[in-house]
Amino acid sequence: MSTPSTSRRDFLKSSGMLVVGIGAAGAAVPFVESASAKKAAMPYPDPDFHQLDSWIVIRQDNTATFYVGKTDLGQGTGTAFRQLMCDELDLPYKNTACVMGATDVTVDQGGSGGSDAISVDGWPMRRVAAEARRVLLEMASTRFGVPVEKLSVSDGVVSVAGDPSRKITYGELIGGKRFNVMLTGENIDATTGVAKVKPVQDLKLVGQSPQRYDIPAKVDGSLKWAVDVKLPGMVHARNVKPPVAGAKLISIDESSVRGIPGFVRVVSKGNYVAVVCEREEQAIAAARQLKVNWQKPAAAPFPTSVGLFDYMRGATPTSTKGPTDVGHPDEAFKAAAKVVEADYEVPFQGHTAIAPAHALADPSNGQMTIYSNEMKAYGLRNGVAQFLGMPREQVRVVWMDGPQGFGRTAAGDAGFEAAYIAKEIGRPVRMQWMRHEETAWDTKGPAYTVKMRGGLDAQGQLVALDYTARAADYCHLGYNEPDTVLIAQLMGSRRATPAPGQAVGPSNMYAIPHTRVTTQVVSLPLVWETPLRTGNLRDPNGPQSTFAAESFIDEMAAAAKTDPVEFRTRMITASSEDTVFHRARSLAVVKAVTELYGWDPRPSPKLRGTEEMLTGRGIAYAFRGQTVVAQIAEVEVNRRTGHVWVKRIACAYDCGLVVNPEALRRTAECGMLHSLSRALHEEVEFDAEKVTSVDWNSHPSLTHADVPERIDVVLVNGDPNPKRPDLPPYGAGETACKTVMAAVGNAIFDATGVRLRRVPFRDARVLAALKAASV
Amino acid sequence: MSKINLRVNGAARSVDVEPSVPLLYVLRNDLGLQGPRFGCGLGQCGACTVIIDGVAVRSCVTATSSVKGEITTLEGISTNGALHPIQQAWIAEQVPQCGFCQNGQIMTAKALLDKNPHPTDAQIRDGMAHVLCRCMTYYRVQAAIKRVAKGEA
Repeated sequence: MSTPSTSRRDFLKSSGMLVVGIGAAGAAVPFVESASAKKAAMPYPDPDFHQLDSWIVIRQDNTATFYVGKTDLGQGTGTAFRQLMCDELDLPYKNTACVMGATDVTVDQGGSGGSDAISVDGWPMRRVAAEARRVLLEMASTRFGVPVEKLSVSDGVVSVAGDPSRKITYGELIGGKRFNVMLTGENIDATTGVAKVKPVQDLKLVGQSPQRYDIPAKVDGSLKWAVDVKLPGMVHARNVKPPVAGAKLISIDESSVRGIPGFVRVVSKGNYVAVVCEREEQAIAAARQLKVNWQKPAAAPFPTSVGLFDYMRGATPTSTKGPTDVGHPDEAFKAAAKVVEADYEVPFQGHTAIAPAHALADPSNGQMTIYSNEMKAYGLRNGVAQFLGMPREQVRVVWMDGPQGFGRTAAGDAGFEAAYIAKEIGRPVRMQWMRHEETAWDTKGPAYTVKMRGGLDAQGQLVALDYTARAADYCHLGYNEPDTVLIAQLMGSRRATPAPGQAVGPSNMYAIPHTRVTTQVVSLPLVWETPLRTGNLRDPNGPQSTFAAESFIDEMAAAAKTDPVEFRTRMITASSEDTVFHRARSLAVVKAVTELYGWDPRPSPKLRGTEEMLTGRGIAYAFRGQTVVAQIAEVEVNRRTGHVWVKRIACAYDCGLVVNPEALRRTAECGMLHSLSRALHEEVEFDAEKVTSVDWNSHPSLTHADVPERIDVVLVNGDPNPKRPDLPPYGAGETACKTVMAAVGNAIFDATGVRLRRVPFRDARVLAALKAASV
Repeated sequence: MSKINLRVNGAARSVDVEPSVPLLYVLRNDLGLQGPRFGCGLGQCGACTVIIDGVAVRSCVTATSSVKGEITTLEGISTNGALHPIQQAWIAEQVPQCGFCQNGQIMTAKALLDKNPHPTDAQIRDGMAHVLCRCMTYYRVQAAIKRVAKGEA
């Protein structure tokens, strides 16, 4: 079989028998297993995060492996972890490798999510690496009989000051032996030794851009993905989903598939149905062919996608937060010289990973091992253990690369399903969803309606703003919960109280004297077993709320006949409540993006000519935590067809400390294009029975043809304190997604004078709006 | 089941499968080639792309028995362990994020560049139009193709 070995504990027992190969480009090569490791260590207790040995292994050849509890979904966090830890340890980058996401050998740092890899989890990694360095220097001090202060380290070699002949490598000091050093800290995030981390100005690899170690194997075909794992005796499973949302299973006619060669079994409980066959194509055929008698629900599970927003506006909210007032908005609106109102709409949008959910579960030896690309491998382990009623120690998840799901894999459906079937039939089971199933039934980003109201005074200042958002987010799915994951729902599991979900307000960026924010959640009729169940989709709620808020600020700038950058900048600078820090960084980012783009100050829209191609530019700016982003989009709008091409995007980004600038730039570029896809193409469509978006035609995605001619990303350090060498990292994975919809909508307005308040900006919708405005 | 003879990456291979089985499953499950991957099974996304006699083909919708020509997979484009210039450009440009679709990006780019070594920007967009990437690495994919076309790989 081809899986990364995860037998580090055996390495420690049989010192020197295991090697990590480090390729020429510094790529991690899987462990060569020792004889003892092949005996499959089990059960699988949690690695002790208070043991330094759980984090770092150094071998005699002065190479090291870092064991971290994260997963790298292709944005280079593994490379960044190595940079951070090498810097603390004073080890060359090329001498190191990183093992991630195998629950039996890496501590539980939660896997991926929330853009927190560097900003939260990088800290314990740095501290344990610093502690390892301290311990190694103590050992060298004893060896040479000189105080630690007389020692220096370079590239993993410790030498005595003034006596270069006296030197020793880390590998010679510790190689193949355990540190046996206890760490402290009440939880994994707080893990620390005695040593302090280095001041940022002493970090050498941080700020450089070593190439990502995961890339070579992704381009030469040698990487073993979770989809590639094969085990002896393995069978293939496929699901049979209800054809109508909320349908009840009445009966299954197993004779309809018994004749299929390689047929093994139908596995079913409640409304969950799967078929199992020896070969993959047989399982696909059986899933298509199986006759199941379903009873449609008495009531429609949801409105149609066409009627969705009217339904949402008319529904009684399941929860309401606010109104939260600052100042006196009612009086301010009464006194305003001009009041503008607008409704914004964002439909359900899918995660729609490039490949559907998949996992392989192996029930051998009474244990359960799941090979999965689940971004939260640790949560999958816990969830499956509870779901199957197995002790946690008997379940392990081995994270492997897979299709990026933007939060989709935080609910590891296929892992639960494969494990359930594997336990039922006692053979390794490879579960994979089909494309129609993934697109229709993956988790969805919630649909939003946002009512905006703004008031200008006689001088054109924004004096009052009212934001009321409604999100269709009731029963929002948690992470790998054994009673809410789809298979559990289909088997009849119900929580007494569904998760309340949330609607979010805009980032608090502008000094507006009178504001009101109200957020409400609404439910669709069908709460459980629905293909429209919501989950966290990359920068959850950010694109939706920012589309409304930052488009509407542009509407107010236009109503005030003021340049959109000046209108925003005035409100950033006008703040008296804001901290100096926040304001300075906002101004720096907005200034940086306007300089990068070459912004020509003038009010929008621009004067329209008679040409077929209308061009314009729009800006949007936002915060996510302490990370600031501002983007300018330049568009061409075809007046005849309604087609929008975003020709150029400029982005200024301040996410605090930057570990790997080139990897960060690419992450920002790709994040922006993902939001561009949501701005131009993506919408989940459904009739009153089922989701009708089932493939790449019915849930289209951005393509090569849409790509901007030019994308620029400038990384900004807007820290107003010149004495501070650098800010801490604030998280960079998702913020760039926030502003694109609004920047593009603002650019379309600039080009055409037509305000689009609903995404996606598909050709037909844009053309209809242009025609309605006689453009 | 029936015996089907194929030529894959320069070698003769023989498999015993149902003739209508899509080539993708035979390559992955019978011949151990994991460059081509399942993305949609509908010929829409390109993750399963292989090259057959110089043409980029979607192996997920190609019946195995219909294949008469020489099949090249991602594993087969490097020679004697040396990466193909396209693969080198992909590394130099640091193209992939998750990397799952990159088989289709690379193989389609190879078929494009083999036929037209110096494509215009419009020809690149057109030639690559139906190869999807959900990480949205398109900008860098196009940069890498231009790099190869300029001989900079």
